Amino acid sequence: MSKIRVLVGTKKGAFILTADGLRKNWKISGPHFAGWEIYHLKGSPADPNRIYASQTSGWFGQIIQRSDDGGKTWNTPGSSPDELKSPGGFPKGESNKFVYEGDVGKHLWYDGTAHPWEFKRIWHIEPSLTDPDTAYAGAEDAAIFKTTNGGKTWKELSGLRNAKSNLWQPGAGGMGVHTILLDPKNEKRIFIAISAGGCFRTDDGGKTWKPITKGLKSPYELPDPDAEVGHCVHRIALHPSKPDVLFMQKHWDVLRSDNAGDQWNEVSGNLPTDFGFPIDVNFNEPETIYVVPITSDSLHYPPEGKLRVYRSQTGGGEWEPLMKGLPQKDCYVNVLRDAMAVDSLDKCGVYFGTTGGQVYCSANGGNSWNAIVRDLPAVYSVEVQTLK
Amino acid sequence: MIRVVLPFHLRNLARVESEVELALAPPVTIRAVLDALELQYPVLRGTIRDHGTLKRRPFVRFFACQEDLSHEPPESPLPGAVINGTEPFLIVGAMAGG
Repeated sequence: MSKIRVLVGTKKGAFILTADGLRKNWKISGPHFAGWEIYHLKGSPADPNRIYASQTSGWFGQIIQRSDDGGKTWNTPGSSPDELKSPGGFPKGESNKFVYEGDVGKHLWYDGTAHPWEFKRIWHIEPSLTDPDTAYAGAEDAAIFKTTNGGKTWKELSGLRNAKSNLWQPGAGGMGVHTILLDPKNEKRIFIAISAGGCFRTDDGGKTWKPITKGLKSPYELPDPDAEVGHCVHRIALHPSKPDVLFMQKHWDVLRSDNAGDQWNEVSGNLPTDFGFPIDVNFNEPETIYVVPITSDSLHYPPEGKLRVYRSQTGGGEWEPLMKGLPQKDCYVNVLRDAMAVDSLDKCGVYFGTTGGQVYCSANGGNSWNAIVRDLPAVYSVEVQTLK
Repeated sequence: MIRVVLPFHLRNLARVESEVELALAPPVTIRAVLDALELQYPVLRGTIRDHGTLKRRPFVRFFACQEDLSHEPPESPLPGAVINGTEPFLIVGAMAGG
């Protein structure tokens, strides 16, 4: 029988939840890296026991952790003293070293002045689909880094900062690369999204990038609603069988693109509110998508205190509320952008975590939900591995 | 031997129990202690001071002999009691109120 492993990043550590394919009885391991913020952890599709984790702290900065045994043990790749001594004997301390390439450049600051790029943390790690030693990391201040040696060293794909980055300006949540989507049919194509920066695509493996924002409208967030950059894209998602079809949860609006982001069209339809953070696609049904509507940009909790996932089985436009098993009164949690994921079993499992520390699972595509765990620290991210 | 006390999270990261001891030739300065510490525990590189500039991270403090040495130049010699091992050099995570 298949096994499910859910990787949960929280404000105070990482947790690993495991169950068999029935997804009823769960074992909970953790906290791993107790007390540290774990923005994201994700397993390699090429070697599921290889898991990368972004461990960060306002005091002590950024650490990359790696497990090669499915999360039982962890190491900071490339931190052996013997391995790291430079010719002069000084440690290189590589695995947590994220340095912007070349002229660091400037972006817009809150007061309208130009502000130098400053590395703060890694928001998201996206392992390669084919090579366990290769992974991409999305950073704040917005940049994308790549490792080809299992996380020992990271090199910026600096071409991204040529995509009008002088006009990017952080929002209140920081200016981070939070979504990285690898095209399973074209290894040179990568999509990324940046909070308050927009959505971008490379077709040459990361050398050059272009904004893909045609059709986005942000009348309340930007002076030019149709600006090429600056849209607060909260999340994008794709189905591996149809990588040219993208779905987006923007600050406001849910959208889709049928041509790899060249043109976007709104599909908010009958949603009670089209503000929200995560969006994901059913593994078995490429036109079935999920969002979690949140009241507004000023009220980051579900409308009427009722936690409801909305599902569209038509690729957007027509939505139905999914609430069985979810709290329908006095619920004022949020669901963050990286905190929803799906498994790949025949009956697709859908998972999401809340800022109140609950992790919910639906083993039937969203029809009903159960809390796997209820009292974790605020959940930052949820990823799922389906293990054969 | 120079005795260095790390904050909780860095002890866990470096996988050490309590104090660490460093053998240092004179002059024993803040920079020399941090260089030796990072040489012995490379995972700490970047966690106490910036990778590139080697500036102390904003919410890390250096104490010794009841004094705050955080703002001393890195080349400053440490107090004699630290050099002879009577007193530890403390690396501290700044308080987070609330």
